[in-house]
Amino acid sequence: MKNFKAVGSRLLQLALVLWAVVTILFLMFRLMPGNPMAAYIDPTFTLEQQQQLMAQFGLDKPLWHQYLIYLGNLLQGELGQSFRYREPVGQRIWILLPNTLILTFSSLIVAYVFGILAGAYLAWRRGSWVEQAAIPLVLTTRAMPEFWLGMVMLAIFSFSLGWLPAGGTRAPGNEYSGFLDLYTSRDFLAHLALPAATLAIYSQGLPLLLMRSNMLDVMKEDFVTMARIKGLSNWTVVVRHAARNALLPVMTSFAIAVGYQLQGNVVVESVFSWPGLGRELVNAVAASDYPLAQGAFLMIALVVIFMNLAADLLYAFLDPRISHA
Amino acid sequence: MPEIAAPAIIKPRRPHIIARMFRALRLPMNDPFAVAGLLIYLVFIVVAVFADQIATHDPTEILYTPAYDLAADLRPGQDGFIMGTTSLGRDIFSQLVYGSRSALLIGITAAFMVALIGSIIGLVAGYFGRWVDAILMRLADIAFGIPFLPFVIVLAAFLRPSIWNVVIAMALVLWRDTARVIRSQVLTLRTRGYVEAARVAGSSDFKIILRHIAPNILPLSFLYGSIAIGWAILTEASISFLGFGDPNSISWGYMLQDAFASQALAKQAFYWFVPPGICIILVVSAGFFITRGYENILFPKLSR
Repeated sequence: MKNFKAVGSRLLQLALVLWAVVTILFLMFRLMPGNPMAAYIDPTFTLEQQQQLMAQFGLDKPLWHQYLIYLGNLLQGELGQSFRYREPVGQRIWILLPNTLILTFSSLIVAYVFGILAGAYLAWRRGSWVEQAAIPLVLTTRAMPEFWLGMVMLAIFSFSLGWLPAGGTRAPGNEYSGFLDLYTSRDFLAHLALPAATLAIYSQGLPLLLMRSNMLDVMKEDFVTMARIKGLSNWTVVVRHAARNALLPVMTSFAIAVGYQLQGNVVVESVFSWPGLGRELVNAVAASDYPLAQGAFLMIALVVIFMNLAADLLYAFLDPRISHA
Repeated sequence: MPEIAAPAIIKPRRPHIIARMFRALRLPMNDPFAVAGLLIYLVFIVVAVFADQIATHDPTEILYTPAYDLAADLRPGQDGFIMGTTSLGRDIFSQLVYGSRSALLIGITAAFMVALIGSIIGLVAGYFGRWVDAILMRLADIAFGIPFLPFVIVLAAFLRPSIWNVVIAMALVLWRDTARVIRSQVLTLRTRGYVEAARVAGSSDFKIILRHIAPNILPLSFLYGSIAIGWAILTEASISFLGFGDPNSISWGYMLQDAFASQALAKQAFYWFVPPGICIILVVSAGFFITRGYENILFPKLSR
């Protein structure tokens, strides 16, 4: 019963955060220079279109009324009309979202597999010169600007060695019939390699350091000592007993990392001209395409918020010792 | 001599206020990496302060070679330009030197604001508890729901692009981590005996917070401040790289944007875009190393 109550209050908190972020978004896009109609209406729209949008978003009404209409429209997934693409923002975002998610998840999975293995290894080799050298190195990868790493990778692997393409998701002229056809093509994977590697190098630090410090903690627990006393081999103790338990918090950090990664994507997607949400957000803000910028921002915020929720719930679920007080 | 003649009253002299504050920060001087980090900070601070003397050229001036040609895309050492020139004929070395100014300015002001706001909110929430705590921590939840970089981009683009707007946008979001940690620390501190004693003795809440609790969380504030320096410098670099930075200041992010937009990658001009990145890495990782030294002092459990 206690758990139900805890989940209930967490969901209440979720509702509050969602409402607040949506409201901040509304206020932010009323901050910009010029008149408030500029948020939805481009001067080059036809008069008919302008009037339709005026009515749809209540742009001639007072601010509080606009706010209510805005909330109502959001609930129906209505985000307005993109200035540059001349199509509904929602539609545009659904085209971009898969690209961003594929980049995010492929890089994070590589980063986590590597980070977990390396972190466990470093904990095992505690105090050795490998560990002494590796930790500052890992901290240094966390200190790199992701876009700079991307630039260096591009300069070396694309412009200097010519091994991999410099940007986009496919070679010019290549057409693919469907989703699966594109995303499994060699062409697409070659384009994915550099941005995904860039993000992976940046992200492996978190799981690595977490896994290492968890391992160090777990190795001191009684059950590990017990396993050693039983005469189990070093491998069995480290992998079967310690690593499995140290893994739990690392797995929950995955959800948080997805949220962070999505924010970091903004710059990396720009470097590699990767047609995803982050790059679109930057381009939309730069080109004053306010509805699209608003929609992309909202989508990124939603993923961040739901990933925070997933991390909290996963944490409580995987480790029953944690209870929501 | 009158000084020696009056030894009657020997007051236990309290160390100077600055010395006491310095000690309260508990700088991690015995950790080699932390010392290296502090040294890196020191070098960059010196470079930033004496930028006018160190730089060989005006970083924004378009330069010409002795043969009166535009000094564009010169390699390091060519015609006396230590690190070469940009595509528009500007001196890379001088830009790098002046870039340390805006990096430190942004890093230190943003870190100061983040640590200050976060500490105050954490102190107030932890000390007063109940509804004050509930409201402030819900605000922190909301701040955790805001995607940081997109938020800074949108604010920097809508307000006038300037260093201060970037700093304010960062402070508006990043106080959350500091506040949460400080709050939980205050929750344990306020049940300590000496705090109870002060309360019984009739000290005001304000005095208890300032005299008895705040000094104990100072190292923690400093720890989160030094993390924030790195975040701020990285964020400013990203914002400038995306073209939303302050157009009037030379920063490392601006240099990288300039290099990227001028096809430096295709030209293989490593001398142009590698140094600013290295500078950013040095300053940010210096913060991390100091942080690690702190963690060893504050949480000795980790360094077993």
